[in-house]
Amino acid sequence: MPDKISEEKKIGVFVCHCGTNIGGLVDCEKLAEYSKTLPNVKYSEHNLYTCSETGLAAIKKAVQENDLNRVVVASCTPRTHEPLFRECIEEAGLNPYLFNFVNIRDQCTWVHMKDPEAAYEKSKDLIRMGVSKAEKLEELEKIIVEVNPSAMVIGGGVSGINCALSLNNQGFKTFLVEKDKELGGRLKELYQVFPSDKQASELLNELVAKVKEAKNLTVYTSSKLKSVNGFIGNYEIEIEQRNHNVNLNVGVIVVAVGATSYKPLSLFNYNSKNIITQLELENKLRDNQIEANDIVMIQCVGSRNADREYCSSICCMTALKNALIIKKREPNRNISILFRDLYTPGTIYEEYYRKAREAGVLFIKYTPDKQPIIDKSVVKVYNQYINSEISIPFDLVVLATPLIANNDNRELAQLLKVPLEENKFFLEAHVKLRPIDFATDGVYICGSAKWPADISESTTQGLAAASRAGTILSHKTIEVEGATAYIPDWNKDLCKGCEVCIKICPYNAIVKDENNEIQIIQALCKGCGTCASTCTKKAIVIRHFTNEQIISEILAFGGEKVA
Amino acid sequence: MSFEPKILGFLCNWCSYAGADLAGVSRIQYPPNIRVIRVMCSGRVDPEFIFDGFEAGIDGIIVMGCHPGDCHYLEGNYEAEKKFNMVEKLLSFVDMNERIRLEWVSASEGNRFAEIVTEFTDKIKELGPSPVKDPSKANVLLKNINALKMSAVSYRLRALVGRERALTEQENIYGEKVSLERFNDVFENAIFDEYVRNRIVLSLKEDTKSVKDLAIELNMDPSKILSHILILKGRSQVSMDKIVGITPLYISTLEE
Repeated sequence: MPDKISEEKKIGVFVCHCGTNIGGLVDCEKLAEYSKTLPNVKYSEHNLYTCSETGLAAIKKAVQENDLNRVVVASCTPRTHEPLFRECIEEAGLNPYLFNFVNIRDQCTWVHMKDPEAAYEKSKDLIRMGVSKAEKLEELEKIIVEVNPSAMVIGGGVSGINCALSLNNQGFKTFLVEKDKELGGRLKELYQVFPSDKQASELLNELVAKVKEAKNLTVYTSSKLKSVNGFIGNYEIEIEQRNHNVNLNVGVIVVAVGATSYKPLSLFNYNSKNIITQLELENKLRDNQIEANDIVMIQCVGSRNADREYCSSICCMTALKNALIIKKREPNRNISILFRDLYTPGTIYEEYYRKAREAGVLFIKYTPDKQPIIDKSVVKVYNQYINSEISIPFDLVVLATPLIANNDNRELAQLLKVPLEENKFFLEAHVKLRPIDFATDGVYICGSAKWPADISESTTQGLAAASRAGTILSHKTIEVEGATAYIPDWNKDLCKGCEVCIKICPYNAIVKDENNEIQIIQALCKGCGTCASTCTKKAIVIRHFTNEQIISEILAFGGEKVA
Repeated sequence: MSFEPKILGFLCNWCSYAGADLAGVSRIQYPPNIRVIRVMCSGRVDPEFIFDGFEAGIDGIIVMGCHPGDCHYLEGNYEAEKKFNMVEKLLSFVDMNERIRLEWVSASEGNRFAEIVTEFTDKIKELGPSPVKDPSKANVLLKNINALKMSAVSYRLRALVGRERALTEQENIYGEKVSLERFNDVFENAIFDEYVRNRIVLSLKEDTKSVKDLAIELNMDPSKILSHILILKGRSQVSMDKIVGITPLYISTLEE
C-alpha cells in the first residue's frame, strides 16, 4: 500500500440522501455533480443511504473500479459513523485514515430547514473543505502495544472488592489497594442494607472471605497510590504502604475509591446527640440504642441546594429502610419523613415506600424555599396542602446527608490523568456510550467514585469495570489510536528543546531522552494537539490534523488569500 | 442583497461538535453562515489559523471547546483560552478583535450552541464585511495581519503563552510564583513589541528604509523604532544596507 501515497490523488465523493433527512432539503445529485468539479475528485455518486449495505458496497466497488485512494462521505456525523466508513474503505484495500467525513445533516440540513438554498450552498462549501483536507490525508498505522495481564483496583469497598474478585476469577493477577486498615469502605459503617435487608457485616464478611480465598488477588491495606507511569497495557505503579513503597506493574487500573459521608456541621442544629445523620442512626440501630419515641427524618440535607446541586440518590431509600427497621421493632413509635421529592425507582424500591406507608410512617413534603426549622422540641414545617405551618414534636431528628466526593480525589485524578466533574466526582468518558471507561485508555471507573451509588449499583458497576478491563487484559497486544503527535525527521532540527510542550502535555507523553532530545511517547499520546499549537518552533505535527490539512480547509472556505 | 458573512467555527470533537450535532438532532434552527472545522480539542487551534482565516477573507471566527473542567483532554481548553487571549490582543491592533469569539459548549447544550451561533452571526452582520475585503484598506491591513501572524508564531510569544499557566499557577523550584498582573504587563508589552518589530521587518522587505522613514510610516517615536531595529539586528532579521549621507538605511534579511 505505501506506494499509493506517491501516486496521484484520486478522491471519491459519496453524497448521502439519508432518506429525506438530507435529500429532502438539498439536491444530492447536484452536490455529487458539483463534487466532480473539485480538484483531484475522480469519482462521485449519491446514495439513498451510504451507510447501508448497498451504500458500503457502492463505495468498495467505486474504490476498486476507479482506483480511488481517498474517500469522502458527505452525510451525518463522524461521531457516530466514521468507524463504519473507515472499516469499509479498509475492506476495499485502503488505509482507514484516508477517509474524511463531511457533516451535511446534523450541522446543515437539520438546522437550516427553512432555507434550502442556503443549506445547499453550505453543503457545497463543506464538501469543498472536506475534499481539500482529504487530498492532504496520509496513511497512518495503528500503534501496537503489549499488554501486561494484570490489574490494580484502587479502593476496597463494595465496587472495588467485586471488581477485584471478578478479575481474579477471570484469571488475571489483581492488586487491590485500600487506604484504610481494613477492606469494606462505607459498608463497614452500615447496619442493614436495602433491598435485601441483609446485615451489612454479613455481606462484608462474605466478600472478605472470598477475597481471602482468591488465588490471584493481593490486597494492600493502609496503602496509598504514590506515582503512576506508563500507558494502557503497561502501567508502572508505586504505592506507599505504611512506611515502605511497593512497585507494581499492571495493564489496567480501576478507580473504585467510593465517596465520603457529609457531616452537616452547621445545618439543622446538628449535634450528633438528638440531631444525628442517617449514618449515625445506623450505629444506634446496630446497638439497639433507640429510645426516642418521636422521630423526624429530614431529607436532602446539604444536597440539591446551591452548594451541592446534585441528588445523592441513596438517601430516600436509606430513610425508608431505617424507618421500617424501627417500625418493625417498635410499631408504636412515630416517624415522620420530611422530603422534597421521594425517589424510589423500580418495583422493589417502590415496595419499601408502600410498606413504610402501611407501617404508618408519615410523609410530609417541604419546599426548598420553606425549609423545616428545628425549634427546641419541635420541628416546624410548612405543609403546602393545608397551606400552614405544622409543628411535629421530636426526641430524635435524623438528617439525610449526601455522599460527597473524597477530598483526595483531585490528587488521584492528577496522578491518573483523568478528569473530575464539577462536584469533584470522577468523570467517565461518555455517560451513555462509555459509562465505565475513562477517556484515558486502560483506566476504568465504578461505584460511588463516579456518583453516589447504592450497593446493588456498586456491585453492578464493579463487575462491569472488571469486564471492561477484561477486554484489554485478555489480549496479548492491543492497537491504540494512530492519530498522535510526533516530530517528523525533517522537523528535528527545528526543535530547540524549550520544553514548553513537556509542561503542557496533560498525559506526560512528551519527555527528553538521554540525548536531550524531545521524544513523544506514542502510546501515551491521545492526539489532542495542544502541543503542536504551543510548540515554539512549530516542530510538532499532529497526525490526521496537521497544520496543512486544517489550513487547506480554511482556505477552501475563505477562498484563496485575498491578497 | 443583505450581507451574509462567512463565519468559521473551530469545534472540539468531544463537547462543542457534539453540542452542534445535538442542535441538529433537536432540529434547533440557526443561521446558515457558519462552516465548521472539527478538531479533537480546542487546544489544537493554533493562533496562526485565525490569521489565515482573516487573510482568506473570512468575516468572523469562533472557537468552541468544553466547559472548564470538562475537557476530554483535561486541560486543553485552558490552553485554548490563553492562546485566544493573545490573538484577541493582537487583533485589537487592527481593530478586528470583535470578530473572534471563544465559547464553551458541552455535548448536551444543543440549544446553547444554536444561541451562540445566532448571536455571533448577528454580531458579525452588524460589524459588516471584514475590512480585508475593502480595497482601500486591504493593502495596509493585510500587511498588518501578516505581521500579527508572524508575531503569533514567534518564539517569544509562543513561549510566553505556553508557559503562562506554569508561571502564574505553579511555583518554580525556588518557591516563586509570578503574579498574573505582572505576567500580563510583560506579556502585553511583548505582544506589542513583537507586532511592531514584524511590521518593521515586512516594511523593510519592500524597500530599504531609514529609522525616520519607518517612524513616519508606522506613526511611532523614532527612538522606539531604533531600539526595535537594534533588537532585530541582534536576531539577524534586519541588517544595515547602506549609509546615505549620514543616514543608515536598513533592509530585511527575512527569507521567503
